[in-house]
Amino acid sequence: MNDVSTTPAVETIAAPRVNEWKRFLRVFFQRKLVIVGVAVILIWVLTAIFAPLIAPYDPNLQNLKENLQPPSSEHWVGTDNMGRDVFSRLVYGTRTALYVGFGTVIVSAIIGMILGLLAGYLGGVVNAIIMRIMDALMGFPMLILALLLAAVLGGGLQNVIIALSIATIPGYTRLMCAETLSVRENEYIMAQRAIGSKSFRTMVRHVLPNAFQPLLVLITTMIGNVILAEAGLSFIGIGIQPPGAAWGSMASAGIRDLGTLPWLCFAPSLAIAVVVFAFNMVGDGLRDALDPKLRGTL
Amino acid sequence: MNALPTACEVRPAVELLRVDNLQTEFRVEEGVVRAVNGVSYTVDEREIVGIVGESGCGKSVSQLSVMQLVRNPGRIVGGEVWFEGHNLLKYRASSPQMREIRGAKISMIFQEPMTSLNPVLTIGRQLTESLELHLGMTKKEARARAAELLDSVGIPSAQSRLDDYPHQFSGGMRQRVMIAIGVACRPKMVIADEPTTALDCTTQAQLLELMLSSIEGCQGALVLVTHNLGVVARYAHRIYIMYAGRIVEQGLCRDIFYRPRHPYTIGLLKSVPRLDEERGRRLVPIDGTPPNLIDLPPTCAFLPRCAVAGERCRLEPWPELEPIDGEGHMARCYMMEATGE
Amino acid sequence: MTTYIIRRVLWGVVVLFIVSLIVFFSLRLIPGDPVQIWAGQQMGSGGSLSEEMLDQLRAKHGLDKPVPIQYLNWVKGIFQGDLGESIRYKDDVGTILKQRLPVTLVLGLVATVLSTVLGIFFGLVAAIRRGKWIDTLVTILSYVGLCIPVFLAAFILMYIFALKLRWLPFIGFELPWNNFGKSLRQGIMPIICLAVTPLAVTARQMRSSVLEVNNMDYVRTAWSKGLRERVVVTRHVLKNSLIPVITLLGISIGIIFGGSVIVEQVFNIPGMGRMLVDAIFQRDYVIIQGGTLVIAFMIVLVNLIVDISYGWFDPRIRYE
Repeated sequence: MNDVSTTPAVETIAAPRVNEWKRFLRVFFQRKLVIVGVAVILIWVLTAIFAPLIAPYDPNLQNLKENLQPPSSEHWVGTDNMGRDVFSRLVYGTRTALYVGFGTVIVSAIIGMILGLLAGYLGGVVNAIIMRIMDALMGFPMLILALLLAAVLGGGLQNVIIALSIATIPGYTRLMCAETLSVRENEYIMAQRAIGSKSFRTMVRHVLPNAFQPLLVLITTMIGNVILAEAGLSFIGIGIQPPGAAWGSMASAGIRDLGTLPWLCFAPSLAIAVVVFAFNMVGDGLRDALDPKLRGTL
Repeated sequence: MNALPTACEVRPAVELLRVDNLQTEFRVEEGVVRAVNGVSYTVDEREIVGIVGESGCGKSVSQLSVMQLVRNPGRIVGGEVWFEGHNLLKYRASSPQMREIRGAKISMIFQEPMTSLNPVLTIGRQLTESLELHLGMTKKEARARAAELLDSVGIPSAQSRLDDYPHQFSGGMRQRVMIAIGVACRPKMVIADEPTTALDCTTQAQLLELMLSSIEGCQGALVLVTHNLGVVARYAHRIYIMYAGRIVEQGLCRDIFYRPRHPYTIGLLKSVPRLDEERGRRLVPIDGTPPNLIDLPPTCAFLPRCAVAGERCRLEPWPELEPIDGEGHMARCYMMEATGE
Repeated sequence: MTTYIIRRVLWGVVVLFIVSLIVFFSLRLIPGDPVQIWAGQQMGSGGSLSEEMLDQLRAKHGLDKPVPIQYLNWVKGIFQGDLGESIRYKDDVGTILKQRLPVTLVLGLVATVLSTVLGIFFGLVAAIRRGKWIDTLVTILSYVGLCIPVFLAAFILMYIFALKLRWLPFIGFELPWNNFGKSLRQGIMPIICLAVTPLAVTARQMRSSVLEVNNMDYVRTAWSKGLRERVVVTRHVLKNSLIPVITLLGISIGIIFGGSVIVEQVFNIPGMGRMLVDAIFQRDYVIIQGGTLVIAFMIVLVNLIVDISYGWFDPRIRYE
């Protein structure tokens, strides 16, 4: 990863831009599982956007007379204990996962990158303070930190996003701090400083292109992790509050009927697994395609 | 050690190794790299053979192929390697037959002393393991022998340094350790792959002398792989010049140095300083860069850089090695009449 | 060496200090104080409390003092082995932890050992048989392990082994020193669930680490000595490739503590995870504070051990 920031590597990449891009696409799509991953993500996003058109019922429409039905032509995945159509709830669940996944990553990436840039650029005490706090945050298991924050903030979509964002900031901060430090060592930035150019902006301009590739990989895998963590929170009952359709809470609600109506548990859990799998695949594909050094190691 | 004229003496030869039409290729994303493309050579007992070429000409890969140590995606696709009456390429890389030869009968000294020793094992362990394996020594015997070996390659207080790790040694010292490992089992042949490139000049000379005397001590032959003509001029009996995966010229040391016929050899000689010539001669680098080994044209691979190339070179495929004047002196060129002068 | 260890210990103390600050002050951001929340909950269940009684309670728990003083008192208590008293259970947090922690630790420890040992083994095998069926299998399984939620693993196991085959008990967990046989049978499913993700992470890291070490010059040197594959792998490859893998131990412990929150919920196990979740629902600050601090302490401790053990794996580290 360090070679990316050294000048010779930049030169070789800069010259044949078009070939690089072609090579990237070829390597990226070389693996079938990456294609599967991209397809799953596309389907997932489209389902979330067109949820009202796809879902046959209102996901929150209760019908206690028809509760706990097995799958049928009317209810493809049956109905839950409140008589709600499980398939419709699964479809609307894509929205929850989408909001949480992308929302969290956007918030935490922005805050984390800014903190990392500041820590790397200012150095000294600021760096020490920021990075020590990040170490402390990283000392927590993500789920327990999110649990604590959710306890402070309360449940609900927005609070889950805030809690997970705080829990995932350290990854970005560390990455940006390391990149910033390596660029700062670069002598021509020093030279620019000497002639008095606006160095923080110069810094940002140099750090971002270098950090872009590892950031992209981090963000992709983070979306998967965040969706997994949200599922955990909702499963415990601290995440998305009822009646909101979240896969995690659907899975935990079905546990009483696991023996007789297993799909109530398995369908939402599998949905989570498939989406997370897709992001892991794409993240790995990106890493392999962007960093030739790592290619083939996994 | 021997000075140039005596080194080129002809001596009665008992053939030890015969490599025939060796071919090794690497399948990479962009295509097939024919790193070794039909290389044949022989090494006699107690002979010092130099294999010379620029980096990437296939000289290292050819040696790794003899030992069957070529890594993925490299593959030996053809040829024969005859050693003590057996064709080694008939054996699988991991076969017991191959393992009995590696380290015991043919050993290798690699070019990077910094990375060729295992950082997490003591020097002692790295020396004793082949002694225990090939010579059946007990741990105690092997340790005593290892101390002797370290001492013989000039490492001070050898006994106590057995328990040190590679990072506690300097580059030159590590290469001494590599030499000790190389000759530990008194092999019939040692392959030294750019053994001194990573070291500074004074250490280089010392280590070469040390290596030669160590190998002489166990009556072995030496294949010296290098890009440094000065080194082979001093020590080698016979020399093979490689270019783009093939041997382009071969012969006794004096023929190569005083009557080179391939334009590449001539270029190489012009690009290095020589002690035996008048002062003030200009050093002339060879123009251009070594060719990309993927999709080589059938014509001479040196053609784009050749100063004497003629019409025939452009139209006809690369010629075979043809005998010239001296004993075993051969070159692969159409323009040898022009280069004869 | 000693200075290195002292520095690492001090470093751990700093991390714990920051953790305690974050935990303590973030919990104080919740509107209303713990006594008020507790009183509210009591009202809901029919009890009634006078303002006077609440003030008495506040004084008893030191909640009448300013927040920074409360923090100092808390920290002072920790150094005396006193993590505070739960308002709700009127019980020492230390006592509650004494009951809860062993359960989570037993399950977590077994899961850690299992995932680390198996992860190293499978990663190694996959790497040295690169491209063969075993490699494909390990790679696919580690992808699966990385993406399935802990509760899905629990559902699968429960459905098959508890509900259909009826081989294993459905819920609960007894400590092994109380009833070993029962403990073992109850422990199997939760332990597997806890181990799945760290196992996948470890196997993946091990595989790529071995593949990298395999390309090192010193491995070629080892081959050139005529050593058999088993010796090359165990003597030359293994130790070098373990260096990045042991770093993962701290992360694995974290994953396992996180997973225990869910696993203890699903299998109805009275451990730390359940305790934390219950405390959060009941807004029992003192328990949340104490619990998270203990978890952070465990993780800092494991990371400390990992840092110190580097020296054994890699003699180049000179503990400067």
